Amino acid sequence: MSVLRPLDKLPRLNTATILLVGTEDALLQQLADSMLKEDCASELKVHLAKSLPLPSSVNRPRIDLIVFVVNLHSKYSLQNTEESLHHVDASFFLGKVCFLATGAGRESHCSIHRHTMVKLAHTYQSPLLYCDLEVEGFRATMAQRLVRMLQMCAGHVPGVSALNLLSLLRSSEGPSLEDM
Amino acid sequence: MDETVAEFIKRTILKIRMNELLTILKAWDFLPENQLQTINFRQRKESLVQHLVRLCEEKHASLNDAALLDIIYTQFHQHQKIWDVFQMSKEPGEDVDLFDMKQFKNSFKKILQRALKNALTVASKHHQIVKMDLRSRYLESLKAIVFKQYNQTFETHNSTTPLQERNLGLDINMDSRIIHENIAEKERVQQITQKTFGDYPQPQLEFAQYKLETKFKSDLNGSILAEREEPLRCLIKFSSPHLLEALKSLAPAGIADAPLSPLLTCIPNKRMNYFKIRDK
Repeated sequence: MSVLRPLDKLPRLNTATILLVGTEDALLQQLADSMLKEDCASELKVHLAKSLPLPSSVNRPRIDLIVFVVNLHSKYSLQNTEESLHHVDASFFLGKVCFLATGAGRESHCSIHRHTMVKLAHTYQSPLLYCDLEVEGFRATMAQRLVRMLQMCAGHVPGVSALNLLSLLRSSEGPSLEDM
Repeated sequence: MDETVAEFIKRTILKIRMNELLTILKAWDFLPENQLQTINFRQRKESLVQHLVRLCEEKHASLNDAALLDIIYTQFHQHQKIWDVFQMSKEPGEDVDLFDMKQFKNSFKKILQRALKNALTVASKHHQIVKMDLRSRYLESLKAIVFKQYNQTFETHNSTTPLQERNLGLDINMDSRIIHENIAEKERVQQITQKTFGDYPQPQLEFAQYKLETKFKSDLNGSILAEREEPLRCLIKFSSPHLLEALKSLAPAGIADAPLSPLLTCIPNKRMNYFKIRDK
């Protein structure tokens, strides 16, 4: 079973690579475009995948951040994410993974309960972000946020590491799972 | 002219929109062309309708004429009705004789008092008539499905983009900083979709209905529902402005796995969109 590991390759100079994993290619493509529009001192690379494991390829750069995009309207999307998570090494979950849930705005179309996503993110000790990727304004804002996160995870922001970021995000979270 | 006929004509004309009224009246061919030209189609609809009904009275319009107008209106507005499909077939062992349209019409008129199904059977010399499990508003699509005429490949206008890229929906000027990891998977999905649905536009249907009468199947042991002896009854209906195109785009959009269930993809081939599923 091939597994993604965070430190199995050397970093490339000034390059930060993000991997977006999700079933709906159109959404991933739009998010990628929005991210690349951002002004960024680092060279960005965006990899799009439907699921893990990735096809074997020697030429892939080190991945600094994995974002699992789950469409709340589609149980298939969640199932795909859950299966893909098995192909990620545990050490990735020290701040280099996050979950992005889209579609919360149209609640009548949601077939995945918010609680399910919260529980998933909690299980994997990773942040959960919400964004309706179909709305351009929200998508642009999320793209900005992801670019900043990516830079930190790639070590391009002096004094801040992925693990720092994780603890920061954790402490600003809402009520704990037990309180729900 | 009978009062009923006058009322029938009046109501039919009232249904017709102003911008298609002249076309329909010409198609009806009851009021002569030169008379139609003298009518002021810009007046208020109520007075126009009264004028037309009067003209029909002068020409002694019959119930047949009124019915013909109604049929022509329905032809123009096919989409307002949901059409059923009946299949006629000869009894096995009988000769295939040429279908006599004139005799068919005569027989059909004579026995219109009986139920439509019986009338058709008798009129067409005791052929078997079966109602097909196929219904839709779109008469053209029903015809295309029934006579298997939907699989014409049309030449697309823009052939400058290489077929591969066009099918994968990739932009030629795509940013090289974006890397698609699952190109092979995308190609596979594209190929399967093309094999299943073809390159041509799909006939238009608005729904597919599945009536299930099957025993409950469960992975969990000791589930209460699994112990039921009687089959569960369940109705599933898929609705869409264009169902087959929607199904075709499910896998490429990443909403479903390819290949799709044959229950969905068999619709045009089996000429059905109403299914009953029972345990074998």
